[in-house]
Amino acid sequence: MELYVEILASTIRYTVPLILACIAGLWSERSGIVDIGLEGKMLIAAFVAASGAAVYGSAWIGLGLAILTSVGFALIHGYAAINQRGNQVVSGVAINMLAAGLAVVLGNEWFREGGRTPALPPEGRFLPLEIPGISALADVPGLGAVVKIFFSHSILTYVAFILVPVTAWALSRTRFGLRLRAVGENPHAVDTAGISVARLRYMAVIIAGVLCGIAGTFISISLSSSFVRDITAGTGFMALAALIFANWRAWPALGACLLFGFLQASGTFLQGKHLLGVEIPVQFINMLPYLMTVVLLAGFIGKSIPPRASGLPYIKDR
Amino acid sequence: MTPAIELIGIDKRFGAVHANKDITLEIAQGSIHGIIGENGAGKSTLMSILFGFYSADKGEIKIKGRPVKIKSSSDAISFGIGMVHQHFMLVDPFTVLENVVLGAEGGRLIGPALAKAREELTRLARDYELEVDPDAIVGELPVGLQQRVEILKALFKGAETLILDEPTGVLTPDEADHLFRILGQLRDQGKTVILITHKLREIMAITDHVSVMRRGEMVATKETKKTSVEELAELMVGRRVLLRVKKGKAKPGQVVLDVKNLTWKDRKGVARVDNVSFTVRSGEIVGIAGVSGNGQSELLELISGISKPSSGQIIFEGKDIGILGDPRHVREEGLAHVPEDRQHRGLIASFDASESGILGWQYDESLGRGFRLDRQAVVARSKKDMLEFDVRPADPLLRSGKFSGGNQQKIILAREIGRDPDLLIVGQPTRGVDIGAIEFIHRRIIALRDEGKAILLVSVELDEIRSLSDRILVMFAGRIMGERGPEANERELGLLMAGVSKDAA
Repeated sequence: MELYVEILASTIRYTVPLILACIAGLWSERSGIVDIGLEGKMLIAAFVAASGAAVYGSAWIGLGLAILTSVGFALIHGYAAINQRGNQVVSGVAINMLAAGLAVVLGNEWFREGGRTPALPPEGRFLPLEIPGISALADVPGLGAVVKIFFSHSILTYVAFILVPVTAWALSRTRFGLRLRAVGENPHAVDTAGISVARLRYMAVIIAGVLCGIAGTFISISLSSSFVRDITAGTGFMALAALIFANWRAWPALGACLLFGFLQASGTFLQGKHLLGVEIPVQFINMLPYLMTVVLLAGFIGKSIPPRASGLPYIKDR
Repeated sequence: MTPAIELIGIDKRFGAVHANKDITLEIAQGSIHGIIGENGAGKSTLMSILFGFYSADKGEIKIKGRPVKIKSSSDAISFGIGMVHQHFMLVDPFTVLENVVLGAEGGRLIGPALAKAREELTRLARDYELEVDPDAIVGELPVGLQQRVEILKALFKGAETLILDEPTGVLTPDEADHLFRILGQLRDQGKTVILITHKLREIMAITDHVSVMRRGEMVATKETKKTSVEELAELMVGRRVLLRVKKGKAKPGQVVLDVKNLTWKDRKGVARVDNVSFTVRSGEIVGIAGVSGNGQSELLELISGISKPSSGQIIFEGKDIGILGDPRHVREEGLAHVPEDRQHRGLIASFDASESGILGWQYDESLGRGFRLDRQAVVARSKKDMLEFDVRPADPLLRSGKFSGGNQQKIILAREIGRDPDLLIVGQPTRGVDIGAIEFIHRRIIALRDEGKAILLVSVELDEIRSLSDRILVMFAGRIMGERGPEANERELGLLMAGVSKDAA
C-alpha cells in the first residue's frame, strides 16, 4: 500500500478516540462543567470493555459495560461538581487517578497478567466492517485508495464521525441544546427561566460519560486486542487541547482532531526516520499536538473563549 | 376589584438575619406599585419570595384572590409573574430571540418558537415602545436595550405582573424616562407593575401606590398622590434626614490638580478618556457626573497612577504625576484615592479590618521597620480610625468582608483621609451604603473641603453630585461635555450625560 494511503487511513483511526473524547468534553463544558477526567473515563472504559469482551466473548457486551462504567465515573464527577459544588479540576484529576489505579489493580486480580487483559478473539473486537459493494472496490486503481482511507473501519469509527454533525445540530437547533448552551454561559438566567440547572448539567455529564465509554472501547478492543496499562496515552488531554483549539465548537473540533490525529499518525511513520542525519526523537513527534495548540492559541487564531460559567459551581443566592 | 397579588404574613429568616418580618401587602391590579427602602431593608428578599427564589418560612400568597404555592421560578412564571432582575439574567452570546425564547421553547426544536417570538416582538415593540433588533447579540447591546430584552422575556412568557428590581441604576435619565413611559403603557393595558427602588424621585414620578420597608418590616403603604418625598424619606430611615447636606460657600484657593489634554486609549486603540482638561483648586469639590462607563473609571485610574496616560499631563502641585504610572509614588506625593470598586480595589475582604486599614501605607515607618510589620501599631491605628469614623463594630480584628458596605467605606475613607492628603479623589463614595452612613460620609467630605483640601468626586448618583459639588463636570464617551454650577437642574445635566451639548450646538 502506498505510504500516503496508510498515513491517512491511520489518521482516521487515531482521530476516532480524539473526536469522541473531544465531543464528550464539548457537551460537558458547554454546560459549564470542566471535564479534565476525560482521560480517566476513557481509560476505565477501555479496561472494562476489554475485560467484558474477554469474559463474555462479545464486543457489544464489552461496549455496554464500558459505557455503564464510564457513565458511573461521570456521575461521580457530576455529584462532586453539581451537588457538592466541588472544584471541578480536582474532581477530574481524582477521576483520572482512580481510573489509572483501579484498572491495573482489578486487571491483575482478575486475569493475573500484570494488568493486561487477555488477547481477544475476533468476535470480541470491533473489526473493520465489510460494506457490501464498497469493500469490493478496494482493488480498483484510484478508487481503492479512497476505500482504504474512508471505508476500512469499524462501526465505532462511523459513529464517532456522525456525532459531529449531530452535536452541531443538537446544540444549535434543539431546545435541549439552547438550554445547555445557556447554562454554560449564565446558569442564573436558566434558573430564573424556571429550568433546573442541575438536571441540565447532569444530562451533559452523562452524555460525556457515554462518549468516553465509546472512546475507551474503541481504543482497547478496536484499535488493539487487549487492555494494557496506560493504553489511552494522554488522548483525553489531547482532546481537551483540541477542544480549546476549536473554541468549544463541533465542526472546528473535528478539524482540530483530524489535525492532531494526522500528527500522531505521521509520528508512527516517522519513528526511526532521520532528518539531517539525526534520528527524530519520538517524544518530539508526540509533543507536536500540544506545541501546536500553544503556538496557535498564542498568536495565530486569536483568543479562545470558554463558556463563561465553565468551572464555576452554581450557587443560587445572589 | 380583587388585588393582583396579596402577600399575607410573610416571614423569612436567613440564620440570624430576620429579613422579612410578618409582611402583609396588597397590590392592586393594573397599577404601578413602588416598594422603597434602604439597602438591606428586605425589598429584594420579599420579591424573591414572590418570584419563587426563596420560600417563606411563614405566610401566604394569593394571586387574584386564589391562594397559591410558589416553590420555584417556573411556578411564578406559570402564575403570570415576571421579574426584571437588577443584574440582568441574560445569556450574553445569545441573540435577543434566543434569550426571549429560553424556557418557553414550546417543543423539542426551537425553530418554530424563534419564528413565533419574532412576530411577538414586533407586536410588543409596536404596543409598548419596546423596539429592539431581534437578531442582535445581547452582550453587544447597551444596558438600556438589555433591560428591554428582560422586559420582553417576561411579556413573552405571559407575565401579567412585572417586578422590576432597581431598574434605573444603570440608565441615563433619558433611558429611565423611556422606561417609565413603557411601564405607564403596560399599566394602561391592564398589567400590574411592582417597582423596587431606593430612589424617591422615581416613586413620585410614576407609581400609584408606594410601600415603605425598613429593617425587614413593612412600615407603611400610601397612595403616592397623598404623600411627599420628605414623608417617605422619614419613613425609610425612621427619622428625619437631611436630603441636602448643609454646606457653606466654597473658598477655592490655588490650583492643586491641573489635568491637561489627558487621553487614554485601550488596547483596541479606542480613546476611553479623550482629551480631557480641567482643574481642581484647594477648598473646592469638583464633581464628575455621567452614566457609568463613560470614562470616569479610567480617569480615576489615570489620576491615581494605576494606569499611564497615552498622552497629556496630570499636574499635581506643579509636578507631572502622569509619568510616574505608579500608585505608590502618587500617594506619597499627597494624593489620596477612595476607589470606586470597594470590594475589588478598596480593601481585601479576607483581611482583618486593621490590615485593610493600612493598605498602601504598609511601608510607613510608623507601622514597622524594614520588612517587619508592627502588628500592635497597625491594630492601634485601626482602632483609632474606627472610633473617629464611627465604624461599627469597632473591632480591628474582624475580617473586612464582615462589615456592612457603609462601614467598609468608612474604613477606607479613614485610611485615605488619615494621611492628611492635599487632594482626595473619590469614586462612588456611597454606592451600596445605607442612608445613615451616606450622611456621615458626605459630612466628612465637606469637612475635608472646608479644611482647604481639593476634592475630585466621581459618582453616577446625580443627587450626590449635585448636593456635594461646587462645580460639576459631565463626562460622556470619554470627553467632558460641559461644566455647570451646583444649581444646574437635572434635565440640563441629563442632556449632557446623554451626550447632547448645548455648548457645542
